[in-house]
Amino acid sequence: MSIHSPPIDVQRGTRASRVALWISLAVLLGAASLPWWAPEESAPAWMREFVEIACYFIFAMMWNLLAGYGGMVSIGQQAYFGLGGYAMLMLGNLAGVNPFVAIPIAAIAAAAVAVPVSWVAFRLQGGYFAIGTWVIAEVFRLSFANMPIVGGGSGTSLTALRGIERSTRENLTYGLAVACTVAAIGLVYLFLRSKRGLALLAIRDNEMAAESQGVAVLRMKLAVYVVAAFGAGLAGALYFVGNLRISPNAAFNVNWTAFAIFMVVIGGIGRIEGPIVGALIFWALNKFFSDYGTWYLLGLGLLAIVVTINFKQGLWGWVQERWGLSLFPTRRHLHIKE
Amino acid sequence: MLVQGILLGGLYSLFALGLSLMFGVMRLTNTAQGDFIVLGGFAAIAGVATFGLQPALSALLLLPIAFGAGYAMQRFVLNGTLGKDPLPSLVVTFGLSIVIQNGLLETFSADPRSLDTGGLNIQSVSIGGLSLGVLPLLIFAIAVLCTAGLQALFARTALGRAFRAVSDDREIAELMGLKAGHIYALATAIAFVLIAIAGVLQAMRTTVSPSDGPLLLLFAFEAVIIGGMGSFWGTFVGAMVLGLTQQIGFRVDPGWGLWAGHLMFLALLVVRPQGLFPKTRG
Amino acid sequence: MSALVVAKGLQAFYGDAQALFGIDFHLAEAEVVAVIGANGAGKSTFLKALTGLVKVPGDSVHFDGLPIGGLPPGDIVRRGLAMVPEGRRLFPSLTVEENLLMGAFAGRRGPWNLARLYKMFPILEHKRRHPATALSGGQQQMVSIGRALMSNPRLLLCDELSLGLAPIVIKEIYDALPAITDEGMALVIVEQDVSVAQRVSSRVVCFQEGRVSLEGPSDRLTREQISAAYFGT
Repeated sequence: MSIHSPPIDVQRGTRASRVALWISLAVLLGAASLPWWAPEESAPAWMREFVEIACYFIFAMMWNLLAGYGGMVSIGQQAYFGLGGYAMLMLGNLAGVNPFVAIPIAAIAAAAVAVPVSWVAFRLQGGYFAIGTWVIAEVFRLSFANMPIVGGGSGTSLTALRGIERSTRENLTYGLAVACTVAAIGLVYLFLRSKRGLALLAIRDNEMAAESQGVAVLRMKLAVYVVAAFGAGLAGALYFVGNLRISPNAAFNVNWTAFAIFMVVIGGIGRIEGPIVGALIFWALNKFFSDYGTWYLLGLGLLAIVVTINFKQGLWGWVQERWGLSLFPTRRHLHIKE
Repeated sequence: MLVQGILLGGLYSLFALGLSLMFGVMRLTNTAQGDFIVLGGFAAIAGVATFGLQPALSALLLLPIAFGAGYAMQRFVLNGTLGKDPLPSLVVTFGLSIVIQNGLLETFSADPRSLDTGGLNIQSVSIGGLSLGVLPLLIFAIAVLCTAGLQALFARTALGRAFRAVSDDREIAELMGLKAGHIYALATAIAFVLIAIAGVLQAMRTTVSPSDGPLLLLFAFEAVIIGGMGSFWGTFVGAMVLGLTQQIGFRVDPGWGLWAGHLMFLALLVVRPQGLFPKTRG
Repeated sequence: MSALVVAKGLQAFYGDAQALFGIDFHLAEAEVVAVIGANGAGKSTFLKALTGLVKVPGDSVHFDGLPIGGLPPGDIVRRGLAMVPEGRRLFPSLTVEENLLMGAFAGRRGPWNLARLYKMFPILEHKRRHPATALSGGQQQMVSIGRALMSNPRLLLCDELSLGLAPIVIKEIYDALPAITDEGMALVIVEQDVSVAQRVSSRVVCFQEGRVSLEGPSDRLTREQISAAYFGT
C-alpha cells in the first residue's frame, strides 16, 4: 500500500494579515512623520497624546504577553513601570545621564530587578499570584515614598531636561515614543513566532504536558516575566520623560494595570492585535468621556465585566471568530495544495 | 502593645475569613474583597444617615441583605467566571472593585466617614493591669466566634460537607445530587455576611472612605497566606501575626507600619510558602 | 418486564470528537448487564451519558420511561440512577463516613443506610473517621460503592470496579454484589476482565470503537465470539 501524501505547506500569513501589515506600516509612517505634516498649533498636543497612549499601549502589550501567553495574571506590573520611571529620573537627575539615553537603561534595570522578585512572586499561583504581585508593587511604592533623595511621598521633577528647548524635547520624546512602540510590537511579535514562542503557547495550553516534552517551564516563565518587566520599565521611563514629574502614587498606581487589563480584555487576551484594538478603543473612550471622572471609570469597570462574561475572547476575538480575520498571525496553518 | 497587635489581628481576620472561604470552596480570588468591606461600612452608615436607624439596627439589618447580595452576586455574575482560567474571575472582581470605589465616591464623596458607636469606641476596661479598649476586645471576640463558627460549619454540618465535597471534585459532587451553582452561591452569601460584619466594625473602629478597599484586600490576603491555605484558624493566626508585625512597625516609625507588614509577608513567602498552618489539599 | 433503561441511536461527543456512534441499549428491572470492550471503546462515555456527566440529546436515553438526556446529574440521581465512578473518586477532604453521607445528599428513601452498609463492609465502620483516601484501594472501592448505594438507586452503574486491585480483593468486592441485586437493583457493570464480566452478569454487551459489536446471554457467548467483537476483526 503506497502512501500518497498531498503537497502540504506550513503558512504563517493570511490575506487579511498582509493587508493589515500594509495598513499598519502606513499608519506608522504617518505617525512617524507627524511633526512635519501636522498643522503647527495642534501638532504638539497630538504628539503629547500619542506619547501618553504609547505608554499605555506598551504597558498593556507587556501585560498581555505575561497573562495571555505566559499564563501569569499580574496586578503588580506597575512595580516595574514605576521602577523604570524612577530609574530614569535618578540616572538623569543624580548621575547626569541624558534622560533619553536613560530610558532603555532604566528598562534594563527594571528587568534586572524582576529576577530576584520572581523568586518571591513565583511561590504563588493563579489568583494569589495576582494579589501577591500587587503587594510587591505596594512595597516598591512605600519604599520610594520613604526615600527623601527622590522627593519622598510627594515626588520630584525631572530637572535633567531643563536645559533643552521645549519643541526639541517634545519632538525627541515623540520620536522615541514611536520607536519604542514599534520596538515593543516587533519584539513581542518576533518572540511569539519563534520556537520559544511556540513553547510558550504549549505551556499556556497544558503546562504538565509541555514539561514532559522537555520544555523548561520555569525558565520560560522567568523569561516572559523579565521581558514583560523590561517593557513595563520602558513604558514607565518614557512616560515620565514626557510628564517631567514623578511621584510614588503616580508611578506605582494600580490604575496602570487596571487600564492595561481593560485594554487587553476589550481587545482580546492572548492575541497580539488585541492590545492594539483595546488601546484604540481606550483612547477614544478617554477622549470623549474622561471628563466625567468617576462615572467614566465606573463605566469602564462595567464594560470590562460585561465583556469578560459575554465575550470570553474579547471584542477583537469575537470579530476574529465571526469573520475569520487574523491580523498578526502567530499560529501556523496547514495549507493543502490541491 | 503586644495586645494591641493581637486585637488588631482580630479585625484583620474578619477581613480575611470571607476571602479564605471563597477561595477554599471555589478557587475564586475576590479582588474586590476590601471594596465590599468598605461598601458594607458605608451601607451601615447610610442606614443611619438616610433612614434614621439606630447604628446597631442598621448593622444588624445589613446582615441578611449581605447574604442575599452575596448569593445573587455569585449566582448571576461570578458563577459564569469559574473555570480553569483564573483571568475571568480576576477581571470581573477587579472591575467590581472599580465600580464600587467610583460608585461610593459619587454617592458619598471622598471624605472618610464612620459609624456612631454611642461612645463605645472610647470606652476602656482594665484587665490584668492593662487598659484595653472595649471595642477592640469586642471585635476580637466576634472574630473568634466567626472563626469558630465557620470551622464548625465546615467540619460538622451537611452544608460544610457539601462545601468540602464540591471543592474537592465538582463533577462527582454533582453526581451525588449537589447543585454546584447553588452551593457556590451559599458560600459567597456567607462570605458576604462576614464582609458586612467586618465593614461595620471597621466603620466603628476608625473611618471608611471609598478608596480604602485595596489596602484592606492586601491585609486580608496576607493574613490568609501567612496562616496557610485551607484552614480558618490558620487565617485567624495569620491575621494576628500580621497585626502584631504592623504594630511593631508603627512603634519603630509611623511610616514603617504597613511596610513592615508587607515585608514580613514577603519574607515568609520565601521561607515558608505554604504558610504557618497549611491543610493539605487534595 | 418493563424496560428500565432504553437508549436508541445514542451519540456522544467530547467537543468535536465523537465517542459514541449510535448505541442501542436496553435494560430491564433487576437485570445485571456487563459491558466489555477495549480501552477507548466508549464504555465509560456510555455510563457518563446515562448519568448526565456527558450531555446527549433529550430523548436518546430513557430511564423508567422518562427522557433523561441533557438533564443535570443531580436530577438523574434523584430519579434513581447512581454510579460508582471509574477510579473511585472519593472526596479527599472528607472522612469515610462523610463520603458515604454525601451519597445520601439526593435524599431518596430506601433500604440502604449507614448501618446496613457497615454490616456489608464491616471494615468501613472500623475506619469511618479516617480520611477516605487514606484507605487501601479495595477499601476505597467499598466506600465508593457504598456512597452510590446511599442514594438508594434502582440502577447502579459500576465503572471498572477491579481497576488497580489485587485478584483477591476483586473477588471480595464482587462477592458483595448479590447482596445488592437480591433486592431487585439493576446493575450495569463495566469490566476489563471478560471472565469476571461473564460470571457476574446475565447478559454481555461488547463495545468496539463507539459501537455495540456483540450482545448476548453471558453463559452462551464463546471465547471466539467475544474476541472477535472485542478487537473488531
